[in-house]
Amino acid sequence: MFRTVKELVEMAEKENIQISEVMIRQEMDVKEKTRSEVFSEMERNLEVMEKAIEDALQGVQSVTGLTGGDAVLIQKYMQEKTPLSGNLLLDAVSKAMGTNEVNAAMGTICATPTAGSAGCVPGTLFAVKNQLNPTREQMIRYLFTSGAFGFVVANNAFISGAAGGCQAEVGSAGAMASAAIVEMAGGTPQQSAEAFAMTLKNMLGLVCDPVAGLVEVPCVKRNAAGSSLAIVSADMALAGVTSRIPCDEVIGAMYRIGKQMPSSLRETGEGGLADTPTGRLLKEKIFGMSM
Amino acid sequence: MKYNSVFDIIGPVMIGPSSSHTAGAARIGKAARNLLGKQPSWAKIYLYESFAKTYKGHGTDFALAGGLLGFETDDPRMSKALDIAKENQLEIEFIEDSSAVDHPNTARLIIGDKEESIELIGISIGGGKVEITELNGFELRLSGNHPAILIMHNDRFGAIASVTKILAKHEINIGHMEVNRKDVGKEALMVIEVDQNVEDGVLEELQSADHIIQISKLVS
Repeated sequence: MFRTVKELVEMAEKENIQISEVMIRQEMDVKEKTRSEVFSEMERNLEVMEKAIEDALQGVQSVTGLTGGDAVLIQKYMQEKTPLSGNLLLDAVSKAMGTNEVNAAMGTICATPTAGSAGCVPGTLFAVKNQLNPTREQMIRYLFTSGAFGFVVANNAFISGAAGGCQAEVGSAGAMASAAIVEMAGGTPQQSAEAFAMTLKNMLGLVCDPVAGLVEVPCVKRNAAGSSLAIVSADMALAGVTSRIPCDEVIGAMYRIGKQMPSSLRETGEGGLADTPTGRLLKEKIFGMSM
Repeated sequence: MKYNSVFDIIGPVMIGPSSSHTAGAARIGKAARNLLGKQPSWAKIYLYESFAKTYKGHGTDFALAGGLLGFETDDPRMSKALDIAKENQLEIEFIEDSSAVDHPNTARLIIGDKEESIELIGISIGGGKVEITELNGFELRLSGNHPAILIMHNDRFGAIASVTKILAKHEINIGHMEVNRKDVGKEALMVIEVDQNVEDGVLEELQSADHIIQISKLVS
């Protein structure tokens, strides 16, 4: 079993296999399952992600009316105008936000690694797909690669906003996505680690401050940030840029920062954006009570 | 390690909006139902810290109810679980508790029917994964990764041996075992994580072994 990103990368390099393959073999070993069992379980997750994006692009709305419809707006903009940030990046942003719009509307999603951050991995996958033309197997492998990195974070730090702030959720999710993009684009295991480190580094310190305690504002738009950063970091790593601070040390820094965060900034809905005049007003409107 | 499967990270498939506050809460509710061994007719649920502050927005309340009704995390009836509980004569009371706890997402559940009740503490550690940290006042660490048998027994010599003998006879391998007691000679709790699911016949046999008070089973 790998405990660190260093061990994960070494295992892949030693056997000359991809990160996804290390994760698949470990899963087969730990759960005593066959390759096809593990693959079909992951394929079901992929199908749920695909369906959530389809629903989002039809347009969804949450019960509170706080979120919904932004994924559709962005797709429309892409068709009518020439986006400054490029079609692939904006497509990922739209699909990541859309997944979280479905989540906020209490639709069915696959947590990656959590529900609040569920947009980054599928959003990037279904955008990058249009350029890289992966096979179905490669798409499933994308999820195993994401999972391998998330596995290290979950065991050495945290993946929930209540425990470590949004850096632990969208930070981890975006970083997991960037590592998977690198593998799908033909990069090395070490380049996946570099991409992961660069995304997480830029998410350090991000607090979890949901307005009215709902997984809506700012969660949906944070998934836009996580997915776009994932693509940029993947490109940087594929270009040969490396992180000066090794991946495992970045995860360690994320853990210590989360430990130092006051509880008002860890998913209690008491600080940050939740504690702005508008944030408080929205809460009052939704629940009929003041903070 | 807290997480041992890639599907703890990529998954679960669930009804939104929060993996820790919705999916995790449903799993805590379901674990409580399994430990009671039947559907409760009443539940008192204490919520702490992040659970207490945001449970309405995250649907923690309906998710806990859904779990008590036996729903999986992706059950489409989840958001209607509070109404369904009412229809099924399951009365649930939620109490926001400001006591200090070790984990920000903590719930204490006291559930039961006319005959019996149990009390447990569950924590939702992220991504839908949960741990049961206390049962009837006994501390434990139950991950839910493996099926488990929980045995309340009298603290007497031979109680543990009589249980392990029966498991050995049925060729059931013990993966992890913990024994915990409140005081010498008083009630004790055995927690046994096993590799495969245990048949009801084996449980009945265990129930009739020496010094055994109550047995419940947790399916992974």
